[in-house]
Amino acid sequence: MRFLSLLFRNRLAAMGAVVLSLIVLLVLLIPVLPLQDPDVTNTADRFLPPLSEGHLLGTDHLGRDLLARLLYGTRLSLAVGLFAALIAGTIGSAVGIVAGYFGGRIDNVIMRGIDMLMAFPYILLALAIVAALGPGLLNALIAVAAVNIPFFARNIRGITVGLAGREFIDAARLSGMGHGRIILTELLPNVLSTIVIAMSTTVGWMILETAGLSFLGLGSQPPQADLGSMLGEARSSMITNPHTSIVPGIMIFLIVMSINLLGDGVRDALDPRLRSGALARPQARTMVRRKAPLPADDGKGLLNIQRLETQFHVGKRVYRAVNDVSLHVNAGECLGVIGESGSGKSVTALSVMGLVASPPGVITGGAVRYEGEDLLAAPYESLRKKRGEKVAYIFQDPLSTLHPLYRVGDQLAEAIQVHHRVSDAEARAKAIELFRSVRIPNPESRIRNYPHEMSGGMRQRVGIAMALANDPDVIIADEPTTALDVTVQAQILSLLDDLRRERGLAIVFITHDFGVVAQLCDRVAVMYGGRIVEQGTTTDILDRPAHPYTKRLMACVPELGGGKRELAAIPGLPPIVSDLPPGCAFAPRCHKATPACREGEIALDGGDARAVRCIHPEEEIA
Amino acid sequence: MGSYILKRLISAVPVLIGITVIVFLIMAMIPGDPATAILGSYATPDNVAKLNRDLGLDKPLVARYFIWLGNMLTGDFGRSFSLNRPVLDEILERFNATLILAGTSFVICSVLGVLAGVVSAARQYGLADKAITFVVLIGISIPSFFLGMMMILLFAVNLKWLPVSGMYAIYGGGDLPDLLSHLIMPAAALSVVATGVIARLARSAMLEVLRQDYIRTARAKGVGEGRVVYGHALRAAMVSIIPVLGIQAGFVLSGSVFIEIVFQWPGVGRMLVDAILKRDILLVQGGVVFVAACYVFFNICVDVAQSLLDPRIKT
Repeated sequence: MRFLSLLFRNRLAAMGAVVLSLIVLLVLLIPVLPLQDPDVTNTADRFLPPLSEGHLLGTDHLGRDLLARLLYGTRLSLAVGLFAALIAGTIGSAVGIVAGYFGGRIDNVIMRGIDMLMAFPYILLALAIVAALGPGLLNALIAVAAVNIPFFARNIRGITVGLAGREFIDAARLSGMGHGRIILTELLPNVLSTIVIAMSTTVGWMILETAGLSFLGLGSQPPQADLGSMLGEARSSMITNPHTSIVPGIMIFLIVMSINLLGDGVRDALDPRLRSGALARPQARTMVRRKAPLPADDGKGLLNIQRLETQFHVGKRVYRAVNDVSLHVNAGECLGVIGESGSGKSVTALSVMGLVASPPGVITGGAVRYEGEDLLAAPYESLRKKRGEKVAYIFQDPLSTLHPLYRVGDQLAEAIQVHHRVSDAEARAKAIELFRSVRIPNPESRIRNYPHEMSGGMRQRVGIAMALANDPDVIIADEPTTALDVTVQAQILSLLDDLRRERGLAIVFITHDFGVVAQLCDRVAVMYGGRIVEQGTTTDILDRPAHPYTKRLMACVPELGGGKRELAAIPGLPPIVSDLPPGCAFAPRCHKATPACREGEIALDGGDARAVRCIHPEEEIA
Repeated sequence: MGSYILKRLISAVPVLIGITVIVFLIMAMIPGDPATAILGSYATPDNVAKLNRDLGLDKPLVARYFIWLGNMLTGDFGRSFSLNRPVLDEILERFNATLILAGTSFVICSVLGVLAGVVSAARQYGLADKAITFVVLIGISIPSFFLGMMMILLFAVNLKWLPVSGMYAIYGGGDLPDLLSHLIMPAAALSVVATGVIARLARSAMLEVLRQDYIRTARAKGVGEGRVVYGHALRAAMVSIIPVLGIQAGFVLSGSVFIEIVFQWPGVGRMLVDAILKRDILLVQGGVVFVAACYVFFNICVDVAQSLLDPRIKT
């Protein structure tokens, strides 16, 4: 039901359904409609134009009633297309299931054969089959079905391979079921929907192909006529009497188009990514739709995030990823932002330069000030000029964040050249210099590498070098060391620390790792459920965590040499930000929670130096 | 690079053998006596017996296959009885025309299709996207042979802008402008469906790529939106578009059959249909193997292009 309503919400698919049903209805009503015999010739009434008396659509070159011929022809074309789809679907799926289920050598041999069939340009194979079997509608049907078998075999094999390794198939095998029974009772029901969808999307093609063969005179033979052969017969008189060609041509077009529309609708309705809007193209910057008034500039820091609110709007659901978050960082300072995945720390970071994918992301409140100027209100061009030039990012997982098809040196050079007019040679020299500064060995040859040719640590250095390319004032590092092993991680952290001291860089360091925070950060903000729950200097927070969440989070970190301490995981899961409970978001997982924790807003209590959002803090803060 | 091309060429050998086996097996399905089928039912028994001997049809199936294959490798595709000339000569003469038609269509559908898809993705849900999506939907639903007929009616018969059919004017033609004026309609009619298919795929490939992390990185660097879409994103999307171009080349190549019939284009497709209707089996066999082999080599070119574009493919 839900599927149908989704399908019909798609207006085009609904239109396709209506047109197709009308055609099918007309064809089904043939026995009761007052139609003339489609095969009775009357040479006195040749080529009557449409709307002639007694012949609504006129007559053809032998004086036969075109309306009757059209409906009978449509019936034949639909039936042949449907049969071809059924045959191709059945045989192709059977081949695919067998190949996917048995795997190994059988799979290999079958798929090689399928590959060979696919090496033919399509219609050519159908022509060869018709050539062997001789012209005729049945032979055309066989030919069209045969050339479509590989399509089904490939698709269904792919799905079967995935299913064949699953537990329920193993269980069936262990319970002593035979191969035949497993395929019929366990596999088939699971692939059936895919088979049906594949059929519904290909039936249009098959109608078109059989019509094509008939058009060439290789399909249905006179006096029997499908739409293709009607068109083929009409061709010789096309110039003098175009209506005999146009009538069947339009019908083929309508049938194929309505089936295509319906097929697209079915596919879209079943694709969860389309439903969630995840396939929308992210815009050049995050949409800003501020509901709250712009906070006044309080003059803090070089980069100042004030009361930021970022949400994801997916259908009717609203995910409040960032809720009233205020952070600032000074030149030469390192601010740590810590939290579990889903706590909103990355979204906060990406909001700064408008890099949250939008749609679905929307910034609904607050300000991001760089040297006092609100970046959220800045025109796109001015924001773009600051990206990478003033505020640069280092991302997690450089394998997916570097362009896979460009050489790393070129990516680095581009970062420079979008902001500065320098020659390629200069940019290259600068790239080598940057590689050297992040301690990449042999920079002259390394700049010619593609990302996949480098190790994770080297790629991360490329990411850092790219962030440093324009000597920015602020670097936002989003878990830059998570994907790396410990020794590489330590090297990269000390590298960042050196740069901060040498260049007076402001760093916002996002992580879930307290060890990293201790090494690098001056101040720390702890985030949970899209809010800051605690902030203060690194030493204060590490020595005396005040929020129960911070304390529990720190207990998760294994300590070197402290083998006796019990490693605690926090029970429960982080909250879903579309459905935040009133009061403290951590209350459901907190052992100190009282009814008061679940009521009303709990304020972030304290100043910039030290603040906590808790009514039962672990430590009294000054 | 050279070694990669060599590797791909070697891997084409089993495919080519497979193609000959499939064609051979299909032709072996012909009911009744093949010699009679080839010569037609009015052949004298003497001629049938002679042809049977010439073709080695008195030998077992496997032996016959190897004789046939061996002959083809030496350039002997047999003799067409309906045209009374060597099959290969006929094919080579006509393949030129098909290549001009299919090649032009392929260029049109690749360029237009990719362009339409990219613009559509760049302006997702905008006016251009909706217009392109609508046109594409009509394009992929319209039978090329019907479209060709309607084009003749409109542009040749009513407007008299273009010649009705053929490849060259019968009198005084033969130069490039003459060829082009004859080529426009068939090439356009042939490329419409493929353009639509490519545009759809290019659109979804672009949308997929635009969500990737490395696009966000490009934006974070300060790269302008035009360069993000038409540089970074298109380059990455081409990796999934190029294989589809290869598949569509096959559609265009074989779809030229219909267009050659509609526009009286003197190509291989029309030759094949005539041959099928006249039951000229050797001509069909030779034509199918020849065109399929060309397609295999074209696909090798596609793979090589892909490896030039994507450094992750081991060369």
